[in-house]
Amino acid sequence: MTNILSVQGLHKTYKSGVVALHPTDLDVRKGEIFALLGPNGAGKTTLISLICGLVMPSGGHVAVGGQDHVKRFRDARRLIGLVPQEMNVDIFTTPMRAVRLTRGLFGKKPDDAYLEQLLRDLSLWDKRDARLIELSGGMKRRVLIAKALSHEPEVLFLDEPTAGVDVELRRDMWKLVHRLRERGVTIILTTHYIEEAEEMADRVGVINKGRLLLVDDKDALMARMGKRQLIVTLQSPLAALPASLDRPGLALGGEGTTLTYSFDSHAGDTGIADLMRALQAEGIAFSDLDARRSSLEDIFVDLVAEDRSRAA
Amino acid sequence: MTGYNLRGMWTLYRHEMARAIRTSGQSIVAPVLTTALYFVVFGTAIGSRMATVGTVDYGAFIVPGLIMMSVLTQSISNASLAIYFPKFTGTVYEILSAPLGYGEALVAYVGAAATKSVIIGLIILATAFFFVDLHIVHPVAMLGFLVLTAVTFSLMGFIIGVWAGNFEQLGFVPMLVVTPLTFLGGAFYAVDMLPEPWRTVTLFNPVVYLISGFRWAFFGQGDVPVLLSLGMTGLFMVAAIAAIAWIFRTGYRIKP
Ligand SMILES: Nc1ncnc2c1ncn2[C@@H]1O[C@H](COP(=O)(O)OP(=O)(O)OP(=O)(O)O)[C@@H](O)[C@H]1O
Ligand SMILES: [Mg+2]
Repeated sequence: MTNILSVQGLHKTYKSGVVALHPTDLDVRKGEIFALLGPNGAGKTTLISLICGLVMPSGGHVAVGGQDHVKRFRDARRLIGLVPQEMNVDIFTTPMRAVRLTRGLFGKKPDDAYLEQLLRDLSLWDKRDARLIELSGGMKRRVLIAKALSHEPEVLFLDEPTAGVDVELRRDMWKLVHRLRERGVTIILTTHYIEEAEEMADRVGVINKGRLLLVDDKDALMARMGKRQLIVTLQSPLAALPASLDRPGLALGGEGTTLTYSFDSHAGDTGIADLMRALQAEGIAFSDLDARRSSLEDIFVDLVAEDRSRAA
Repeated sequence: MTGYNLRGMWTLYRHEMARAIRTSGQSIVAPVLTTALYFVVFGTAIGSRMATVGTVDYGAFIVPGLIMMSVLTQSISNASLAIYFPKFTGTVYEILSAPLGYGEALVAYVGAAATKSVIIGLIILATAFFFVDLHIVHPVAMLGFLVLTAVTFSLMGFIIGVWAGNFEQLGFVPMLVVTPLTFLGGAFYAVDMLPEPWRTVTLFNPVVYLISGFRWAFFGQGDVPVLLSLGMTGLFMVAAIAAIAWIFRTGYRIKP
């Protein structure tokens, strides 16, 4: 079986009337890293919470490892580890007690050697007997990760693992994710950042306003989404674009003071070198250069537009 | 693999008990002290003027009521806090996402809450022996009533903990409902000492049946027949379980 997670027609309308998730289908392959990419309020946490049993579904089916998450919830949930987005910790417990509790709740035999290794991997061993109230925010987050891994899950959900986390912890987190993947653990994470999805994931699902807009291999997605812009600030304004500069993707703006060049960063020839040569030949001096990646916002605009034109 | 997750249930039960043991000072000293004060004030001061109720010495007469009063309040506060607190801090996600059936979670939470209040009940009983001469006529039935009451009121506490939206509401029911019902439930007097219509009104108070049954176990006689006490207690328990089944089915205030 290649799909560890299979979601069919899952949807959720909260009591407030908010449709947080429209009927959604999604398959996640065993052993992959899957990123759910979307802005605030897109429905990422709702989708994860539905799968993990924290939110009552309004309809639809979920199977984890082939086990229906309602009819055979014990078998389904045993496979899942969840790191929630919010810092939901019992501040009076200790890391050691916390991981023992979770392991036991999931019905696993005690295994102190495994838990020791886990706490060491997450640099929590020295703090194993400290109350969580005494730990920093980053350490608490690591405790949440340790809890989620304490019962050796096959699927790990990371809801915004890098929100409010410093560079070092972020790097550690990436390493951990890759180590887990080598062990065959499937990882599903959510993020607001394209960069993060690009760096980590094998496949990416883009979600906005409760709709999963597309699911694709990261590389294919990045090729589609990988538009970048080069912004050239000119020393003196131009009245019009000289004929020698005229090319697709180049526009004059900012009352003649900026040139914006949109290009495909995954193309063999981006055309940047050629543009620079043309600027030099025309004797146009510039004071600043800036490169921008198309934002998540641009991508949604594109996708929604695409969706509409396909529907039309 | 399906089966039951008994290890998970046991883990949660132990976790709840461990929390109580870590704070055992507060959870035991307070009720014992309160009860000792009751003995001093009611048993000694008032009892010296009242001598006996029926054939029973007044000091001994109030023992079952005092134990019941603590067991009721302890059961409710233990169980309601046990579920309210994780809901409040968000750690309930861990219970909800665990492969733990509703029944298993309930047995663990309610079992731990009831265990704690039974222990406190027994400690109060032990304290009582210091103050009064006690001879328990039906010790096994006494223990049975104690456990039954603890479980029933822990179930009710669980409901309150799920329902409560803030700490005020959490304290509201025990303060405004349970304490008065217990006081008026015959903890300190026999129901037939009351004039009509109060004697009849009292019979609508569920706590009367608990205290009466418990008193029967101690002294061989209660305000109402013991089988009625047993039946009523069973009825409360079934009602509480039905309410909890509904809560779990609908996710009421646990799962959005
Ligand atoms: N318990 C709830 N009751 C009512 N509405 C809710 C609840 N939880 C979430 N919502 C709403 O559902 C929508 C989706 O929220 P969700 O938390 O799933 O988004 P998200 O993609 O995780 O966002 P973020 O990136 O900010 O974490 C939002 O409009 C939110 O306000
Ligand atoms: Mg979220």
